[in-house]
Amino acid sequence: MEFISQHPVLVASLVKILVLLFIVMTALAYLTWIERKVIARIQSRWGPYYVGAHGLLQPLADGLKFLFKEDVTPPASDKFLYVLAPFLALSLSLTTIALIPFGPPKWVFPNGQTIFIVSDLDIGLLFLFAITSIGVYGVALAGWSSNSKYSLMGGLRSSAQMISYEVSLTISVVGVLLLAGTLNFNEIIARQSGNFLHWNVIHTGPGFFPQIVGFLCYLTAAIAETNRIPFDLPEAETELVAGFHTEYSAFKFAMFFMAEYANMINVGCVATLLFFGGWTSPFGNLIEPPQNIFVHALMPIFWFVFKVFCFLFLYVWVRGTLPRFRYDQLMGFAWKFLFPVAMLNLLVTGFLVALRS
Amino acid sequence: MDVILFLVFAIIAVVCAINVVVQTHPISSAVSLVGVMGSLAVLYLLLGAEFLAAAQVIVYAGAIMVLFVFVIMLLNAGAESKKGRSFTAQLLGLPLLVAFLGLMAYFVERLFPQSTLVHFGGFTGGGAADIGHALFTTFLLPFEVTSILILVAILGAIVLARREMD
Repeated sequence: MEFISQHPVLVASLVKILVLLFIVMTALAYLTWIERKVIARIQSRWGPYYVGAHGLLQPLADGLKFLFKEDVTPPASDKFLYVLAPFLALSLSLTTIALIPFGPPKWVFPNGQTIFIVSDLDIGLLFLFAITSIGVYGVALAGWSSNSKYSLMGGLRSSAQMISYEVSLTISVVGVLLLAGTLNFNEIIARQSGNFLHWNVIHTGPGFFPQIVGFLCYLTAAIAETNRIPFDLPEAETELVAGFHTEYSAFKFAMFFMAEYANMINVGCVATLLFFGGWTSPFGNLIEPPQNIFVHALMPIFWFVFKVFCFLFLYVWVRGTLPRFRYDQLMGFAWKFLFPVAMLNLLVTGFLVALRS
Repeated sequence: MDVILFLVFAIIAVVCAINVVVQTHPISSAVSLVGVMGSLAVLYLLLGAEFLAAAQVIVYAGAIMVLFVFVIMLLNAGAESKKGRSFTAQLLGLPLLVAFLGLMAYFVERLFPQSTLVHFGGFTGGGAADIGHALFTTFLLPFEVTSILILVAILGAIVLARREMD
């Protein structure tokens, strides 16, 4: 007990991290289920159906399967980097979730620590970009250390693609930063409070520019950053077997898989925070706040999860609908279209914000 | 707590820096260099320069080193073969290193008196807004000159690359 009272930050953070890790891992597992079900529906199939009702236990069965498979390490690989790469990919993609506020900062533990965010940084968004920018090492090093030509090609493609799209990704959110005037996630949300008309994506008014263009740029660049169809050139199975993770088996492969889905959740959370008002209700104060304190505390969480879910559904929908780009089209699109559009959006927003004063 | 973190990351930085030189394969050296950049960022963070820490990771670890790794992978550079060191290096290496370290220690001792010892958490002006204000008021001229310098470097790179293509 003495330890708990002496280290309030440490204890509160550990509790939050453990709970969040459990929730995120479950969400990852069921995101794969949702993806398979939705894509199956798009393609007029049933999807997973046999393990549990409607295949609900399928993620669990897949996880067990990965655990019990033989873990093969190619003899010609660089052992240290080969093992380091999946750890790097998964740990970096899970770290970013610590920066996401899931609810209002007013809910605190008895010792004064906020409940719904693990670490509330002043440079939240910048830190998030710092972590995602090192995320590319997981893929690049996996491709190189496997010592196989398919893996190397996948790693190369992925590095080039991620460097190119990261520029557009960053510039597309700077507009939001200009409107909010801060890098702190909670303050960015506070600027969008009210009803859905105050969300950055459509907020019009003197000194505001609706960030719908910024959002579309962000969406496109984010799909490319997470290596998903139609931008999944690093693991294009028709030409590269499985790309950078061709030589990975068993749980190391599962780690790349989990990292990809964790990145999807991250990107969805950031889009919700920056463009769709985070945990604020779309109806603002039109609905009376509920009397029950638990319902009152959980309503923001509901709205946050709902918005992120819509974003993830869009992701899966895109995957089920669009074919893959050709490689030169991919790079041309990033530099010749996405980058200028994001830059233009930034210029117009900056001009309007400068006219405010 | 701060001191422990400082020691841990300072040691990581030094070990990685030595590893950059010792490794024979370019990729291993590059990855060690990323380790150096990362630990330096943590040291900045400990000193209260949070914007600088994030910028360090984004620019150096996330952009420049990724390009390095990309080029090494693209050229598929192999491990270098170890040759014996030259006679001069064997004779003068260690004494020169000791002399250099001694000189550094002497200057640090002379230039930074005891009263300016670093206190963790004592500095709070490292946020994004503080850096922005400083860059666009006090240091406007150096900032703009640096931009021109970088622009010149970009143009130079394009000119050199074009000549190669023809």
